[in-house]
Amino acid sequence: MESVRVERATKASRFFALFAVALLATLIAMPWWGDAGEMRLVGEMAYYVALAQLWNLLAGYAGLVSVGQQAYVGLGGYALFYLTGVWNMNVYLALLLAGPFAGLMSIPVSFAVFRLRGAYFAVGTWVVSEVFALFASLIAVLGAGSGLSLTPAILREISSDRDVRDTILYLMSLTISVVVFAVVYFLLRSRHGLALTAIRDSEPASASLGVNTFRTKFIIYIVTAACTGVIGGLIFLQKLRISPEAGFSINDWTVVVIFMVVIGGIGTLEGPFIGMLIYIVLRELLADYGTIYLMLMGAIAIAVMLKAPSGIWGWVVHRYDIQLFPVGRRLALAPADSSKR
Amino acid sequence: MDWINILIQGGLLGGFYALFAIGLSMSFGIMRLVNIAHGDLIVLAAYVGLVATWYTGLDPFSTLAIVVPVMFALGYALQRGLLNQTLSGGLLPPLLVTFGISIIIQNGLLQGFGAYDHRLQEGSIETASLHFPGGLSVGVYPLVVFAVATLAIASLQFLFYRTRLGRAFRAVSDDADTAELMGIDNLKLYALALGIAMIFTALAGVLFGIRTIFAPLSGPIRLILAFEAVIIGGLGSMWGTLVGGMVLGLAQAVGAALDPTWQILAGHLAFLAILIVRPSGLFPRTRD
Amino acid sequence: MTLLRTQNLSAFYGDFQALFGINVTVEQGETVAIIGANGAGKTTFLRAVAGAIESAPEMVVFDGQPIGDRTPHEIVRLGIAMVPEGRRLFPSLSVEENLLLGTHSERTGPWNLKRIYELFPRLYDLRHLPAPSLSGGQQQMAAVGRSLMSNPRLLLCDELSLGLAPVVIRDIYQCLGAITAEGATVVLVEQDINRALDASARFYCFQEGHLALTAPVKGFDRAAITAAYFGV
Repeated sequence: MESVRVERATKASRFFALFAVALLATLIAMPWWGDAGEMRLVGEMAYYVALAQLWNLLAGYAGLVSVGQQAYVGLGGYALFYLTGVWNMNVYLALLLAGPFAGLMSIPVSFAVFRLRGAYFAVGTWVVSEVFALFASLIAVLGAGSGLSLTPAILREISSDRDVRDTILYLMSLTISVVVFAVVYFLLRSRHGLALTAIRDSEPASASLGVNTFRTKFIIYIVTAACTGVIGGLIFLQKLRISPEAGFSINDWTVVVIFMVVIGGIGTLEGPFIGMLIYIVLRELLADYGTIYLMLMGAIAIAVMLKAPSGIWGWVVHRYDIQLFPVGRRLALAPADSSKR
Repeated sequence: MDWINILIQGGLLGGFYALFAIGLSMSFGIMRLVNIAHGDLIVLAAYVGLVATWYTGLDPFSTLAIVVPVMFALGYALQRGLLNQTLSGGLLPPLLVTFGISIIIQNGLLQGFGAYDHRLQEGSIETASLHFPGGLSVGVYPLVVFAVATLAIASLQFLFYRTRLGRAFRAVSDDADTAELMGIDNLKLYALALGIAMIFTALAGVLFGIRTIFAPLSGPIRLILAFEAVIIGGLGSMWGTLVGGMVLGLAQAVGAALDPTWQILAGHLAFLAILIVRPSGLFPRTRD
Repeated sequence: MTLLRTQNLSAFYGDFQALFGINVTVEQGETVAIIGANGAGKTTFLRAVAGAIESAPEMVVFDGQPIGDRTPHEIVRLGIAMVPEGRRLFPSLSVEENLLLGTHSERTGPWNLKRIYELFPRLYDLRHLPAPSLSGGQQQMAAVGRSLMSNPRLLLCDELSLGLAPVVIRDIYQCLGAITAEGATVVLVEQDINRALDASARFYCFQEGHLALTAPVKGFDRAAITAAYFGV
């Protein structure tokens, strides 16, 4: 008699896990083989992937298509600058608190925007972000329109040596990116992830099966806001100054992130990586031609949405049925136990 | 006394916001499509007007004779060629495709015109005002635009309720599947709808471009203002959108009177307040 | 002459197959009944003919022309009209506006507003009321009238009797006689077997997407029909 067991990993995912570990080791060693410019770029890639994973979790799994996540980038950044600059808090502690601060702020926001659905929800989140930006530009202690700068003292807290500082910031970027990815990955592997996948596939059906869709979405919204806040703190720690326009910039933090996820493959863990790579390649290649690379990404996103809505990775899965990050469950037939006969 | 003038000014501002909102409202009412590029299309119309003034030497009002047909054709082509394909895929495709179009328009304008502010000059009407006894003063230009907005909505109501085409629009809005089974060419109708919506978008772009400066990235704020006017007024009601625009304008006027830098924020806060207290808006009508 | 012929018509909803190789013919001037239980594929069949479901071009042939891949509005213009299941009148429109909607196909023929009101006199008094305020029977009449306004050569009626009282159903089927007298060819889909068979010359019985039985109505054993209906 055959029995079945539930498997998580696939052959492809096992191979990929080895590759991923090797890649991660290489990146961690970068301070020793790369220069400051390269580290900065990889650091940027790391935080963009993190932002993309979070947006993917929100939109691709929980069905909350938010065009206002830049609010939490800005809130995290401003929290960091305020806590270190005005309260003289330790920079690492401030960075850690930026997350919960953004998460806390997302709670009243959700009361307003969760009343809207679909595209209206999207624009509503955008309005909320604009409101935060406007407040930031009006509050004197936050530097009003011109924003705040990081004082040299705060930088010295990290290290007085510039190279060491670059290394630390780079490793922090990498760490936060890996942590965010781990959070998303384990969330999707868990029962909550199963609930999310059910919601992604069909919200009414999952609700009818007892999945508390509202509470699930609410929790996801807060968690992603908090994680986005930490990333925001890190981004502006590296940029050394923050202003309402930069902190809450939809173009910098939302437009490119959405394009990455959509082109790479929405609703998949692999998609954001692919989308981020395409973005970076396009941006670096077309750097001399102004913002043409953005127009190109827009055009590609449109083409993907019309012809291959599940993105590049979605197409790969459809053709080859591969999953590199094992979040699914497969039924495997176990061989008959001969001793039973 | 000054407060009355401020309130009048705010109310008349509603005319602009209503003009902004008409195109968005039509798109959603007939095609169930929220056009994220709507604000950028308003700005694009202003740029078309600008270029028209450069090449023809005409004043902005007269360039409408060029801008309106151009925007109509653009809307028709956009819906027919691109947006019609997004309608059957659920929520994401229309949102993301119009988002992509928005980015393309913004950056295209940036590449073409640079990051400079522009304004359309119509002359003395911009600052003229009517004076009434008691210190009451009303700007002529805002009054004209408010009249245009009112006329626009009235003509749309006439179109929807007194014409054959309007009947078809209402039928498709009610039940697109059955409308098709009755012999209506839905895709062509949607294209026509966006074309007509763009007529009002053209008006909005040029008329607002006379009042305020515009730049390639001015689209998003116009989308947000249009959106707020529609939500405050209530989905599905054109006259409601006019009232929504006026409420928005009033909130902004009050905010600006307290402190000029609070103008836009005051509008946003009024929107959020209404969203929390009365989410379906002041005069909701749509079956969703 | 054969007005409608389906050849090996198969239809899918996504991956789910709803029709398996259906062969149906309808002669000009005939009234044909399609009967079967819920889920048998009757409505799917009508929708495939009307163009709402896509199929291969030669699977549906109308007046000699393959129309399987045409869009619904093109098919209305060719002369096929459907009275949808559940009436589906447009709620924002008045009764008369609903009727006028039938003219968007721009076909000419014997049917116009005046004739429709002659056929359904009660509708004339109600004509300016919003469609949802009518009773079920009145709505059904309005729905039939709306489809007639496109002057179809072939009228597809999906469950005319659905949710209506017997006396109302009787009235509607009486009007059907007047319609066919004008030369319209009618395909009737019904769960109420007796009604459908009384009004038709031939019938097809569907069962789970397959054609289970077809025969002339006259003289056919109703017990055999019941067996085919339930797939016994």
